[in-house]
Amino acid sequence: MNIHEYQAKALFEKFGVAAPKGAAAKSPGEFAGALAGLPEGPVMVKSQIHAGGRGKGTFTDGTKGGVKFCKTRAEAVEAASRMLGNTLVTAQTGPAGRKVQTVYFTAASDIRKEYYLAVLLDRAESRPVIVASTEGGVEIEKVARETPAKIFKVLVDPAYGLADFQVRELLFGLGLSGAEAKNAARLVRGLFAMYLETDASMVEVNPLITTPTGEVLALDAKVTFDDNALFRHPEIVALRDLNEEDPKEIEASKHSLSYIALDGSIACLVNGAGLAMSTMDIIKHFGGNPANFLDVGGGASKEQVVAAFKIIVGDPNVRGIFVNIFGGIMDCNVIATGIVEAVREVGLRLPLVVRLEGNNVVAGKATLAASGLTIVSGDSMADAAQKIVRLVA
Amino acid sequence: MAILVTPQTKVLVQGITGDFGGRHARLSLDYGTKVVAGVTPGKGGQVFEHGPHRVPIFNSVREAAAATGASVSAIFVPPPFAADAILECADAGLDLAVAITEGIPVRDMVRVKRAMAGGRTRLLGPNCPGIVTPGTGDLSSGGCRIGIAPGYIHRRGHVGVVSRSGTLTYEAVYQLTVRGIGQSTCVGIGGDPVNGTSHLDIIRMFSADPETRGIVMIGEIGGNAEAEAARWIKAHCRKPVAGFIAGATAPAGRRMGHAGAIVGGAADTAAAKIAIFRECGIEVAATPSDMADALIRAAQAAGVALD
Repeated sequence: MNIHEYQAKALFEKFGVAAPKGAAAKSPGEFAGALAGLPEGPVMVKSQIHAGGRGKGTFTDGTKGGVKFCKTRAEAVEAASRMLGNTLVTAQTGPAGRKVQTVYFTAASDIRKEYYLAVLLDRAESRPVIVASTEGGVEIEKVARETPAKIFKVLVDPAYGLADFQVRELLFGLGLSGAEAKNAARLVRGLFAMYLETDASMVEVNPLITTPTGEVLALDAKVTFDDNALFRHPEIVALRDLNEEDPKEIEASKHSLSYIALDGSIACLVNGAGLAMSTMDIIKHFGGNPANFLDVGGGASKEQVVAAFKIIVGDPNVRGIFVNIFGGIMDCNVIATGIVEAVREVGLRLPLVVRLEGNNVVAGKATLAASGLTIVSGDSMADAAQKIVRLVA
Repeated sequence: MAILVTPQTKVLVQGITGDFGGRHARLSLDYGTKVVAGVTPGKGGQVFEHGPHRVPIFNSVREAAAATGASVSAIFVPPPFAADAILECADAGLDLAVAITEGIPVRDMVRVKRAMAGGRTRLLGPNCPGIVTPGTGDLSSGGCRIGIAPGYIHRRGHVGVVSRSGTLTYEAVYQLTVRGIGQSTCVGIGGDPVNGTSHLDIIRMFSADPETRGIVMIGEIGGNAEAEAARWIKAHCRKPVAGFIAGATAPAGRRMGHAGAIVGGAADTAAAKIAIFRECGIEVAATPSDMADALIRAAQAAGVALD
């Protein structure tokens, strides 16, 4: 699960991670109140959407920049008025962009130098890793590729926790000393504590800055949480912004379906994540384009199959459907019955290819054949994939 | 020999009184697996009955293992309690804990993995279909089935299968079986980013197992475990290996069902992994329909008889 920058900054405050003072506004009526809480001086106005590259983004009305530096309060109000309700397109949003529903005002900081800091999981080591770099404000992947010597990492032992010497190692690597080092140490510790205690998957600060007065501040914040751990964090779940999610994906999650919208024309309905991914792959292999990833899980019910069909046909790009079920334990006839019911219920007119294999498959195929519906049967994944690709061509 | 478990292995089931655990305990008993104990805290002394089988239930893994000689546990405990259930297996000194549970928080698994490091208990999973060593009976019955895989699609034989995904494993096993090619052991290592046993661990075991003549390795986008295994195969494995990587069409940054199936950087895309497979002499299955045939090609090229 993702959250907005302003929500992440509120968590930062709770964990003692220093950041410029800020306040969010969801309507023009809230601008004055939000600005009144900030110290004197220039202000940053930041569009709040779940995507990076906001500063270099363009609004659909032609205005440039989802993040603006404003010298006066009047300028800030003007910038915020332009952003709120406008749609911002960045390198990460796709061409449709995202509608800005919240703006965030922060005190603009004097920057002495920019750094990068993040906490995430090192998969190969199965441990948390803190990554820091002297190259802040740029893409960290680019730094890793071009100047790997400028990246410093410490792996944290889950049994002992973050050790003082490891914090020092990072700070020396970044070339910090004196008051800066002291402030940075507090910030690193706070950020790591937040990563652990909130079950975050990643906490990223880019840039982290030092100021002429020795402050160390998190200028930006990108935080994602481990979906598997949300059951023990109702306070995090409360931060979920459904405006930032695809309505089809929200509907799918209500039925415990794992669905991800893509931009092709062949919808897939599959049991199992690995099989669902490779069903998308085989469609592509034979020249088609998958419209979605959809895993109905190992023990799909009739109701889930019906819900899945409804979500699929709600996508206007879909021109054909490929159902691929390997019923290991689950009864293929139950699935077949669900498919027939779903096709009738949604009044499906699109081509449908079904590949059923496994437990009680003969009865399942008979159910499909006896339904009187135009359902094309595939013998193998490859056979079925070629058939659906031909049917939508 | 097979790897990790044999038809003689005695198995206990944590969570046997739940719907999920109970259903699969019954299927394992039907398959002929020696399910000798169940563990549900607070229900010790009760009996899990299924046809002619009467499986005693214990309050703890330690008690169950001591009373029945069980050396392997199948864990069907819900996510909030699953990490604890795994640690209990380690504390009881079992040989193997097979964690079927899907949805365990990453932080819990990081701590569990650290706690188990250097100990005698091996962890398989979590979020995995389990492990099957097929038997010689009708539809491979009489084997050891731990977890949720369909037993009947297997056939006793000489191919080792290792995979992160459940249904994709069944797909590969089924393709082998209908071509008359049996399996030594089929292992699901799970789709989570932090798991106990890696592709490489299993590949080493298959490589050393005299019964295994060929290997199918099925991977996914995300992480570098497949690449690590492939490099080891190139350096050390003398057996034919076929590989498949799911997720060639997955967009970056989106989690594809499995918590671990997410493209982070350039190295963990399907294309990058497939390139490494080729470099390491692994016969790549062009589509998931081609997994068994890819192994047959690799075996023919190596002059190895798989059946």
